[in-house]
Amino acid sequence: MPATYVNPRFPFRRPPELDGKGGSARVAIVGAGLVGLTLALDLARHGIATVVIDDDDTVSFGSRAICFAKRSLEIYDRLGLGQKLLDKGVTWKVGKVFFGSSLAYAFDLLPEDGHRMPAFINLQQYYVEEWLVEACERTGLVDLRWKSRLTSLEPRADGVCLAIETPEGAYVLEAEWLAACDGARSTVREALGLLFIGQVFRDRFLIADVVLKTDLAFPAERWFWFDPPFHPGQSVLLHKQPDGMWRIDFQLGWEADPEEEKRPERVVPRIQAMLGKDVAFDLEWVSVYTFRCRRLDRFRHGRIVFVGDSAHQVSPFGARGGNGGIQDADNLAWKLAAVLQGTAPEALLDSYDAERIPAADENILHSTRATDFITPKTEAARSYRDAVLLLAREHDFARRMVNSGRLSQPHAYAASPLSTPDADEWSGGPPPGAPCLDAPIDDGFLLNRLGNKPVLLVFGDVAVPEIPGLGVVRVPVDGVAAARYAARPHTAYLIRPDQHVAARFRDPLPERIAAALARLWGRNDAEASRCAA
Amino acid sequence: MRRLTMLDTAPKLPDPDTVFVTLVRAHIDLSANDSRRLDAALVLLLANHIGDIAVLEQAIEEARRAVRAPTGAAEDEGTPP
Repeated sequence: MPATYVNPRFPFRRPPELDGKGGSARVAIVGAGLVGLTLALDLARHGIATVVIDDDDTVSFGSRAICFAKRSLEIYDRLGLGQKLLDKGVTWKVGKVFFGSSLAYAFDLLPEDGHRMPAFINLQQYYVEEWLVEACERTGLVDLRWKSRLTSLEPRADGVCLAIETPEGAYVLEAEWLAACDGARSTVREALGLLFIGQVFRDRFLIADVVLKTDLAFPAERWFWFDPPFHPGQSVLLHKQPDGMWRIDFQLGWEADPEEEKRPERVVPRIQAMLGKDVAFDLEWVSVYTFRCRRLDRFRHGRIVFVGDSAHQVSPFGARGGNGGIQDADNLAWKLAAVLQGTAPEALLDSYDAERIPAADENILHSTRATDFITPKTEAARSYRDAVLLLAREHDFARRMVNSGRLSQPHAYAASPLSTPDADEWSGGPPPGAPCLDAPIDDGFLLNRLGNKPVLLVFGDVAVPEIPGLGVVRVPVDGVAAARYAARPHTAYLIRPDQHVAARFRDPLPERIAAALARLWGRNDAEASRCAA
Repeated sequence: MRRLTMLDTAPKLPDPDTVFVTLVRAHIDLSANDSRRLDAALVLLLANHIGDIAVLEQAIEEARRAVRAPTGAAEDEGTPP
């Protein structure tokens, strides 16, 4: 049993449907994991009620997704949980790559000051899920239904009909929208018979969460070994977690027997070889995994939307699974809320596919390449890999080829239908589709000022037209923010509810802003020009 | 007087991952022998492209230094000191 964390058990509450009441929901979410709970909370922040069903009654067992990237932290900050994650998590930004017993090179992920959030924190997934549950409950808008299993579903033109089984009986729920957040083995995806195709990697990895009882001078950094003396021919990854816990990943190779490798008699000697025989530790959690990189052809199927691992799966190198799923939820919540509230046409949801499929492909590409680097498939590949690591000790060009996981970066929606292409001259600053850059403002930070509604970010003391449904955030034209946004007097950025850039102007004329705002909401050109008129 | 051209080791590749993948992919389906010949052929082609023995010699020097530096990796065994 884990010693540092006890899984909470959430009560099954008898749903009204079992007594002939209720029966409908605006949004149903299947899966109360990291992604489903994030989506539910984000929708609640937009005023949308959800019913969330989950066949279990607790949070994740084991630390699982431990690396929360800057963009995820910024999303959680918007949702009101950012400080909690920062306070508990282990902040890190330095990574070290070893080849054999010597350092190949070190890297710093966030060399720049003036951001509220660090490049990464490490935090066990169960903490985040537990806090999400609490935050969801506090909104009064999230109906969390534990011990509730989806048994079948029927897609309709105007919604989805769900059959749900509980300890006290079965019932039917009609939802206008269904978000499938039920993970890599998605029941919803199976029920629809959708193909989930991609690459299988012939390799196995052992995860061990270890609580050290001896003080070791490991800093809060990500350490990755290629071919270390204590685990020859394979790779090892070390991460620090809260509660004095360390995550160690051992590459095992395809021939390893997963059941055998999970036994403490096998695991303990591996860790002793790494840390030394004198180091005392407890094994908190052990798991052996393989992985795939694959995705659905489309993420939206009528009124059913796939979010997170149910839509796409990546290798763990680069921390792109959990962070990718959180960004999916961030992308979907405001759009779904706007459609349900009548602010935007249903077509706005087409942009979820247009934006998140390229994001998933980017994550799959990076995590596939990292996997190929870590597990060379041919002798030639191994030679090139080793040559890169050898050259990396002296040469920056080779360091850029070392791939122990290209760590999760937010996806810039470069070709988004919601973006208005630049019409002015720009050099620098986040282009349309990119996530907003943080900067210090007064005694706080820019991202905290942007909120979750469309805003016009205006630089300098310039008069701006009043446009219905558009807030204004004003920042000085001579500060860090102005430099990061390549701003001059009169410069304005139109920011989406998910804090991505929709458009930017050197001269914010009302008709240009109105047209870009209409486009942000997914209105077609004719509608957009009518709004601008 | 002709100045010696120096080997340029500054990062010049906009997308290093794609370069790495492209080199590795070139070896797919080749026998060990053909794989070595492919690398040799590649080096010869690129040496001709560079067209400068001084640059080539500096590259050889750098490469030899890199592969002979001790790392403690399993590959080190059998490498003469």
